[in-house]
Amino acid sequence: MNFQTCVNIQKEWDIVGARQLGRDRAKEIGFGTVDQARIATAISELARNIYLYAGTGKICFEMMNDINQKGLLVIATDNGPGIKDISQVMEDGYTTSGGLGAGLPGVKRLMDEFDIISDPGKGTEIRAIKWVR
Amino acid sequence: MDKQLKNLVLNNSDSIVKKWLEEISKNRSNEYTSTISEELFESTNREFVNVIFTSVDKQRITSELDDFSERLINLGWPLSYITDGLQTFRRVTIDFILTQSEKIDSEDFAIVLDMVDNWVDPIINQLVNEYSGSWEHTVSLQRVALQELSAPLIPVMDNITVMPLIGTIDTDRAKLIMENLLDGVIKHNAEVVLIDITGVPVVDTMVAHHIIQAAEAVRLIGATCILVGIRPEIAQTIVNLGIDLRKFPTKSSLRKGVQTALELTNRRIVQSGNKEDGVEKLLDSLNKE
Repeated sequence: MNFQTCVNIQKEWDIVGARQLGRDRAKEIGFGTVDQARIATAISELARNIYLYAGTGKICFEMMNDINQKGLLVIATDNGPGIKDISQVMEDGYTTSGGLGAGLPGVKRLMDEFDIISDPGKGTEIRAIKWVR
Repeated sequence: MDKQLKNLVLNNSDSIVKKWLEEISKNRSNEYTSTISEELFESTNREFVNVIFTSVDKQRITSELDDFSERLINLGWPLSYITDGLQTFRRVTIDFILTQSEKIDSEDFAIVLDMVDNWVDPIINQLVNEYSGSWEHTVSLQRVALQELSAPLIPVMDNITVMPLIGTIDTDRAKLIMENLLDGVIKHNAEVVLIDITGVPVVDTMVAHHIIQAAEAVRLIGATCILVGIRPEIAQTIVNLGIDLRKFPTKSSLRKGVQTALELTNRRIVQSGNKEDGVEKLLDSLNKE
């Protein structure tokens, strides 16, 4: 069972839809409340980045089923402007929108695995996994 | 030609209705209407087809159609029932007309199609409009309802007010919160404001950012802001995100927040003297006399 569900991000309220779905998925897989909150927060950050910087995009969820562990994979994709300097956005406190600048580094700390691929001018894809402990 | 076709259809309404009902029942099992009881489904179908025929007959949107659509909306029938029904009606009617005439060339065919479209399309438009109108109405009502419960400021004691936040905070709400907070502080002459986030499901960097800004603004007008209702899981995500909330005091519950607020305004809660004690003292003093 390795199906994917996606939520399109177009309006600000889609962020709420995305993290609701993510939280439900996390609950199904068997995450505790703290990890559910972590996942929901991470999704919120990723979805807000899409909404703020790319305008539209989507958040997808995939159940991970390894031999000895289960997890949730969150994929955020957009066709926005992309990120020129990835090491810079992964720094705490770096922001272009006047926010706190804790979004992406925060997501990295909230999740277990984090991977970012960005092509300036073409878009960004972020994959983040949280494993059930 | 128009009249002729219309009369043909109206005079043979029985056979068209029969065919239509058959088709509709065939569709039934597969999806949305499966939870509706058999009798209700049948009677609604009959009514639906009657409504279609009266509006075809009169060539305009009738009050029956309005009543019918209103009832369907109130009962929560899916829109697809109506669109499916009308599409089936179109198909069945065209089929019927074409089988009635022996020879049909392409020109006649186009005329028939056009005619039936002219009957059916206004009905579809009307019904879809009414449905979407009712949805839009619901959405706007809910938006107003949400605004109303958005960000109240409650004065609980002299110089102490509480703002409980419930639900998701988006940009609009964040603005409203800030305005209400500052207006309220001035209006109630508050020295301490407690912002309670027990009911906020997710605190991400944006929400935290807005709270920090609100607290900073409150500080600028000379009051203190205390953030209360931080659940353990929210505390952990805030730490993971690396958000610095050291600029103002935070507490786990509203109760502790109120205590701190009282301390800040040089007050505290004291238990009033025990009643029984008072009575005994009174008795003692009476005995002495």
